[in-house]
Amino acid sequence: MNGYGGHILRVDLTNGKLTKEPTPAGLARDFIGGRGFGAYFLFKEVPKGADPLGPQNKLIISTGPFSGLMIPGAGKCDFATKSPLTGGYASASMGGHFTAEIKYAGIDSIILEGISPKPVYLFIDDDKIELRDAGDLWGKGTFAVEKHFKEKLGEEFQVAVIGPGGENLVPYACINHDYGRQAGRGGVGTVMGVKKVKAIVIRGTKSVHVANMDAYRAAGKALYKACKDAEFLAEWTRYGTTVVTSWCDEVGALPTRNFSAGSFEGGKGIYGQTMREKIVITDKGCFGCPSPCGKYSHAKKYNAYVEGPEYETIGLLGSNLGIDDIEAVAQANWLVDDLGIDSISTGNVIGWAMECYEKGILSKKDTDGLELNFGNAEATFALIEKIAYREGIGGLLAEGVKSASAEIGKGSERFAIHVKGMEQSGYATHNATAMLLAYMTCDVGAHHNRSWAITYDLQVGRELVVPEKVARVIWLQNFRPMFDVLGSCRLQWVELGINRDLYLPALEAITGVNRTWEDLEKVGERIWNLTRMYWARENEGFGRTWDMPSPRFYEDAPKTGATKGQITKLEDVNKLLDMYYEQRGWTSDGLPMPDKLESLGLTAVVA
Amino acid sequence: MRLYVDSAKCSGCNACRVACSLNLFGENNPKKAALLIVPHFPSPGVYEVKVCTQCGDCAAVCPTEAIKQDERGAYYVDFAECTLCEACVPECPEGVMFVRAELADAAWKCDLCGDCVDVCGTSALWIAEKEAVAA
Repeated sequence: MNGYGGHILRVDLTNGKLTKEPTPAGLARDFIGGRGFGAYFLFKEVPKGADPLGPQNKLIISTGPFSGLMIPGAGKCDFATKSPLTGGYASASMGGHFTAEIKYAGIDSIILEGISPKPVYLFIDDDKIELRDAGDLWGKGTFAVEKHFKEKLGEEFQVAVIGPGGENLVPYACINHDYGRQAGRGGVGTVMGVKKVKAIVIRGTKSVHVANMDAYRAAGKALYKACKDAEFLAEWTRYGTTVVTSWCDEVGALPTRNFSAGSFEGGKGIYGQTMREKIVITDKGCFGCPSPCGKYSHAKKYNAYVEGPEYETIGLLGSNLGIDDIEAVAQANWLVDDLGIDSISTGNVIGWAMECYEKGILSKKDTDGLELNFGNAEATFALIEKIAYREGIGGLLAEGVKSASAEIGKGSERFAIHVKGMEQSGYATHNATAMLLAYMTCDVGAHHNRSWAITYDLQVGRELVVPEKVARVIWLQNFRPMFDVLGSCRLQWVELGINRDLYLPALEAITGVNRTWEDLEKVGERIWNLTRMYWARENEGFGRTWDMPSPRFYEDAPKTGATKGQITKLEDVNKLLDMYYEQRGWTSDGLPMPDKLESLGLTAVVA
Repeated sequence: MRLYVDSAKCSGCNACRVACSLNLFGENNPKKAALLIVPHFPSPGVYEVKVCTQCGDCAAVCPTEAIKQDERGAYYVDFAECTLCEACVPECPEGVMFVRAELADAAWKCDLCGDCVDVCGTSALWIAEKEAVAA
């Protein structure tokens, strides 16, 4: 199949059985690849009610037709599973060079099934595929393990590895790759951990066949040219995602002290400009990326070498904890990466713990003697380790902010900042209604990247609650994830503003199938509805209440900063949902209606 | 003419290597590229890029004279005349003369096509006269 590796690799960890089957053509037609494959396999193959940490759950790792080809940023890899954090759909996207190697090994998806009786790593060198003993690697940090494999097998092998956080089943454990890229959210690393797979190491040396070589090369080059001609390329490449830190601070979207405000008086200490001057060593690109947002840094104070910090990490492990020193953020970043826990969820839950401490809900005897005041970097480092190893108060925080606040109570649920059990990422949404709706309705919980609507809020009027805003969120949710389906990065479109039509001739030349964006957005909508049905299938009583945001955004107006005194009214939150469900073709309780499923060709899939 | 690189500008993305394999072999396969990126991570955290300087040492030792020079001064492998003897490989001071029999039935090297330069977003690569070193 042109543009595809051509095979699905199944790894039955319980019995050690490895099987390859041809990638179904119908699957490629209806779901294309990447996140589409992940959502489909999860829905169809993981039985209803499966324990996320049981043998029936699967970890599905998928490439897309762009992966490993001459397309800007064609290094996106989708990790899908039933989330141990939320009990719903998890899909984490990882950059770097891993997905290209999967494609070169002739594989489209790797599906990890069952549970291994002992720690193993999956070794793939083209058609030589083995489960190998990982007993001596278990317990080690991700950096040491990646270095071990690079030294042992050579730089051509790519490595995805979990840390102690995944081994200890912290439900927001991540998977690390290329010394700093992660499949971060929803506990994909936890599922790898419970399956006792320490790492996947892979090399592929096969050529990827395309339908029309000359047209592919021309279309690929046109995409690169558009990126290189883009006005914003130089500034974007200099700062990467941290280009937005100062902007968020100015407009009151920078999560500050557990999202109690959106502006941080110590913001300058963690701005992208400060970071670039103080700690960045080099730009670090994912596969095929002409506009590398990855920055690689050395924080001398801690002698920490770390990729990033990215904006999200700066927001959650910096301002959200009242920390104004970029070197301290880099050290915290190094710790979470090495221990293999998601920097966003970790920063969010620590922010909640600090607020509990300052409000007297948690005391020193609860915190193993740590003074959890906002701004305490050393306590943050200590908590990160406690979480990964589930020591002392780390055991509570390791359960995630929803469970931890339910256990502690005393009103702390009101400032547990999550949707559907997933900790909210780096945008304070007191007064940014499109972004708030994006978080409320995101398919994995409170994550930003499906519909990054914050700039649109500022463009059209942040407090407006109008159908146009809802339509924008829905369009972004259908369209943006298509990059994760195709296997390339969205940021060339988002940040450099290249014409998205340039991707169409490339896709046709690679796969031989002509598709319009209208057609591709339909696939996006199909996947969005399928994952919604998955949430409903797995959670009794699933519906509208699951889409409600943290009360903080309709009860607690910030007392400082750009959004001082600003809040979204509860009636507007409900109005947003009403409009969203109506425009989606869902019931007033947020469930896709039968004719909507029929129009998307999903009736048989969900039956 | 030759290819130049400023390794400090390289982000390790490998777009150059995909473009290279597409030109040399008409295949999408960066393992068959004629330039190398050596990552040094986690510390010191830099990429080292190895490119052909068109010094001609490979051509000088080729027993079948399979490595020829074009009008721009670029040495290229005439695949039909290469016997995979590997005499050229140890002669290359940059380590970018390749023989991998499992991947290709001839040796390969940079033929100065320039496709790598076209796709490099950080301007780490450029082609210039041999004397010039600045971009």
